[in-house]
Amino acid sequence: MTAIEEALQKNILVLDGAMGTMLQAYKFNEADFRGDRFTDHPCSLQGNNDMLSLTQPEAIKTIHRKYFEVGADIVETNTFSSTSIGMGDYEMEAWVYELNFESAKLARAVADEFTNANPNKPRFVAGSIGPTNRTASMSPDVNDPGYRAVTFDDLVISYSEQVQGLVDGGSDVLLVETVFDTLNAKAALFAIDALKEKNNWDIPVMVSGTITDASGRTLSGQTVEAFVISVSHIPLLSIGFNCALGADQLLPYLRALSQATEGCTSAHPNAGLPNAFGAYDQTPEEMGALITKYLEENLINIIGGCCGSTPDHIAQIAAVARLHQPRKIQQISI
Amino acid sequence: MKAGTKYLKLSGLEPLVVTPETNFVNIGERTNVTGSRKFLRLIEQGDYNAAVEVARDQVDGGAQILDVNMDEGMIDGAKAMTTYLNLLAAEPDISRIPIMIDSSKWEIIVAGLKVVQGKSVVNSISLKEGEENFIKQANTIRRYGAAVIIMAFDEDGQADTLERRIEICKRSYDVLVDVVGFPPEDIIFDPNIFPVATGMDEHKNNAVDFFKTAAWIRENLPHAHVSGGVSNVSFSFRGNNKVREAMHSAFLYHAIQHGMNMGIVNPTMLEIYDEIEPELLIRVEDVLLNKRDDATERLLDFAEQIVDNTTERKLVVKEWRAYPLQERITHALVKGIDEFIVEDVEEARLLAPRPIEVIEQNLMTGMNVVGDLFGSGKMFLPQVVKSARVMKRAVAHLLPFIEAEKNGKQEAAGKILMATVKGDVHDIGKNIVGVVLACNNYEIIDLGVMVPLEKIITTAIEEEVDIIGLSGLITPSLDEMIYVAQELKRRDLTIPLMIGGATTSKAHTAVKIAPELTSTVIHVNDASRAVTVAGSLLNKESSQLYKDSIRSEYELFRAKFLDRQETKEHIDIETARSRKLQLDWSTYEPKTPNQLGVQVIADQNLDVLLPFIDWSPFFRSWDLHGHYPAILEDAIVGEQAIELFADAQVILSEILDKKLLTAKAVFGVFPANTVDDDDIEVYADDSRKEAQVKFLTLRQQLKKRAGKANIALADFIAPKETGVQDYIGSFCVSTGFGTAELAKAYEDDNDDYNAIMVKALADRLAEAFAEYLHKEVRTKAWGYVADEALDNEALIKEAYKGIRPAPGYPACPDHLEKSTIWDLLQVEENIGVTLTESLAMWPAASVSGYYFAHPDAQYFGVGKITQDQVVSFSKRKNIDLKEAEKWLRPNIK
Repeated sequence: MTAIEEALQKNILVLDGAMGTMLQAYKFNEADFRGDRFTDHPCSLQGNNDMLSLTQPEAIKTIHRKYFEVGADIVETNTFSSTSIGMGDYEMEAWVYELNFESAKLARAVADEFTNANPNKPRFVAGSIGPTNRTASMSPDVNDPGYRAVTFDDLVISYSEQVQGLVDGGSDVLLVETVFDTLNAKAALFAIDALKEKNNWDIPVMVSGTITDASGRTLSGQTVEAFVISVSHIPLLSIGFNCALGADQLLPYLRALSQATEGCTSAHPNAGLPNAFGAYDQTPEEMGALITKYLEENLINIIGGCCGSTPDHIAQIAAVARLHQPRKIQQISI
Repeated sequence: MKAGTKYLKLSGLEPLVVTPETNFVNIGERTNVTGSRKFLRLIEQGDYNAAVEVARDQVDGGAQILDVNMDEGMIDGAKAMTTYLNLLAAEPDISRIPIMIDSSKWEIIVAGLKVVQGKSVVNSISLKEGEENFIKQANTIRRYGAAVIIMAFDEDGQADTLERRIEICKRSYDVLVDVVGFPPEDIIFDPNIFPVATGMDEHKNNAVDFFKTAAWIRENLPHAHVSGGVSNVSFSFRGNNKVREAMHSAFLYHAIQHGMNMGIVNPTMLEIYDEIEPELLIRVEDVLLNKRDDATERLLDFAEQIVDNTTERKLVVKEWRAYPLQERITHALVKGIDEFIVEDVEEARLLAPRPIEVIEQNLMTGMNVVGDLFGSGKMFLPQVVKSARVMKRAVAHLLPFIEAEKNGKQEAAGKILMATVKGDVHDIGKNIVGVVLACNNYEIIDLGVMVPLEKIITTAIEEEVDIIGLSGLITPSLDEMIYVAQELKRRDLTIPLMIGGATTSKAHTAVKIAPELTSTVIHVNDASRAVTVAGSLLNKESSQLYKDSIRSEYELFRAKFLDRQETKEHIDIETARSRKLQLDWSTYEPKTPNQLGVQVIADQNLDVLLPFIDWSPFFRSWDLHGHYPAILEDAIVGEQAIELFADAQVILSEILDKKLLTAKAVFGVFPANTVDDDDIEVYADDSRKEAQVKFLTLRQQLKKRAGKANIALADFIAPKETGVQDYIGSFCVSTGFGTAELAKAYEDDNDDYNAIMVKALADRLAEAFAEYLHKEVRTKAWGYVADEALDNEALIKEAYKGIRPAPGYPACPDHLEKSTIWDLLQVEENIGVTLTESLAMWPAASVSGYYFAHPDAQYFGVGKITQDQVVSFSKRKNIDLKEAEKWLRPNIK
């Protein structure tokens, strides 16, 4: 049993909050994004947050540190878009392995600082694997429903490179997150399963889908139950939902999820819904109160925040998580 | 859904969990090229739309899993599997159920696994090629996240006895569970259903062995399932559906008792067990359960006595009048036959409790068939407009009865306002879209042509319309559409806009209209799309998603478009003038026209124009694409094109015989010279002292490579300083007199098909008249070519010398010069063609333009111009810069 599996049996584990929201405060400009290393890069790099792991590593480490300081057990690597498909927008495909490797190393170093300081509370690194910006089971062209902008094979190649970097860099767990198209997630799981077999790794995997609106379905149209069924062929540490909705809108789907799975569950909702300017107004106290409801209903094993959540939000969440028992994992009855 | 138990769990968009309480799981089997000739033909012909409908029928018919098979030598199975499953994924009604990827070829199975987001079933793998291969395939299937069907097949062949079945199933199960780690609940066995009653002794136990195997599997192989293809069992009774249906039903009854819990069954080939004739059931069960030695003979005897009435359905063509009432009505609507519709509708009215129900039931049933056929590309636009004519006639017959009842109101799918915007008179496309939408049960409020902004908005509010459709053909209409969008926004109205018409484009809609609007705007340039777009906009469940997707699609399009725009380089107007087209005037001797000055044709004989008609645009206006006459033999639309063409000839001869339309023209050739590079002075007489009018032309400003001129029409007329005595011609023709009245008469007779036909024909006649007149001018009035012998095809290809560009078209995109033509030729006074405020010509079937005679004169596009030329234009024209900008906007960079 890995250390994180052990910790999960005892406590509700707290995941960190948003990386992007924290980076915005730095107001990095084009030159900051480029750093010394990418001054001659042919296209604009501003907005490519993942590359800050290479050009502004101290900022990334500081953010990880802030989340650990307020009680997070797990931080996510700064690699949400670090696939050759995601980096294609910035012509940075050649740096994908390095981005993942270095991002995992940064998070690993900070996690180890905290674990060494307090061995009773081991800290973990989750290698963040985003959905990419293409969908494998939907056409971007309404007039050509059979068209696909990306294939399963493209995704497997792209994800394999990312996963190799994340594991080599020292991730404790892989987090396939913000799944809006289940076929993309299945490609990520396919890549992970193949690499695990090839390298004889024993690394747990988390999957976190995204319910996009009140229909209660993923963007690709699946219900909570169908989504769970579609990704359960690979042994999972946890399955859950993140992003798109605030903690209150997500609640009914977590109830359905808790019914649908025999394993651990996770949730990292947004800090409410965005306002007209795209900013998130929910206060840490408000979010903490909503999360308390999850925990009172005993729905959750891993809890954190997504867009708009800050260390203050996570501090609240960690505080309420300490007061509750983790969701009981159902025994498999044969 | 209950977690924690080893149930088979599959998924499409929705879950399918097979628990012990689950009834038999039906697997739809018509989407299989080996089992359905129809499906094979659709796939071979690439008619995937219709193939998708086969799947929909299966789901509607209760299939819980959809079996898809593309194993046919003549098709690329992997490609067909990918294409088909991708298309199914776009249909939420279908893709809600799990897919069964059915193939005997491994590469087709893998192709299928790569495109399904849910948990599917692979059908099938087996030990046929040895354990190593079996393990590899099973491991791959597990990694893709699918369940699997295992055939009872091994290295020695297919299992045909109870012992062999058990042996192979057990061995397969052990390898899967113990070696591969395959979840046992994801294993489904197909222990081979073989025919019975074949007359051979070794087949007598086939059904019994299957039942026993099923029971053994459920008892001894924990969590595994049993499936099979049922129709095999009755193979010996092909042609006798009654016996087959009874056999299937009885077989299933016993198989389910023994533990079979899913199967491939054609629900239309299944009798209800309890309704099987008792005598037949006894004999069938004797065979299935192998109860007596003479069971087969006894069933055969019985079968011979049965009159199989399920296959006898011969109907003579044209005897559709003998069909039941609903079928007659549907037939009339689908075929567009209005001969008997009043009679049939009256019959229906007498039977219906209330006359409104004839519309809601009988007619809508038929129109739904029309809608489905059109939606799937099996009917074409002219047919649909004909269907609408039948519908209208039927409704017209019913209306008095409905009104007499006073409380009937039909529930429409939505209310759509349609209008040709202010200043524009063109409405053929708008009318077609209106008719097609009306066929699809939308209530259409058609405000007609030249509709002012205020009227559009107030009607939209008062009538609470769901969608506004705007149409326009001339470029100033583009601005009118923007004004409508701005006004909607100003008033906080969120009614979606549909934009259509010849000058409209997705680019203009995305770049100029969408940003002005808070609601959704969609460019819809053909009638068939209008229905799906309207449906998507008004679908209560998904409209927001659709609107969001359109909005982001247009945003992306806009960004890309604007991005692309930046890359084109333009030069200033002075530089452009310095790079004008330099013709050698020193060697050019203009032909002195035979007749100078204005001439009028008060009543042109239409017969003369017939050979000059270019029919290709006529078919295009009906959404039939291709060139005439080749289009008449087109594989897809040919049949329809022939029919449309024949209908057009009928109307055309009526127009000619009864002289229903009047054609008039005014034209003239005048002394002219170019001054200041871009302007053409037209003189009252050959003394060339006094300029009567001045035509302003626009010059290309796109940066071109060296040696390529920046052309303006003025370049084709000799500059004044050369001293060359040059000439220009100008004309206006119209065949529109009488069109509106004739169309109105058809409309009043509920015949939109012929109303649209009349307008489309008038347009063709106007173009033909322009072509004919140009020839007359070239060879006679001006006479610069005397010996021209060109056939109609050469005319259409513009093989002749000289050009006749028209204001509003690419060489002279500005409509303002029409006013100049009107001054010069006194068009309104001479022939009565007028200009609207947006400078569209009325009647609509009119053409006006210039004649240039220089042999090097050519058609070109002005393209984008820059602000300096606009300033220059406004000064030369002596108008406000703002006004100049308004008229030239579509061309300003």
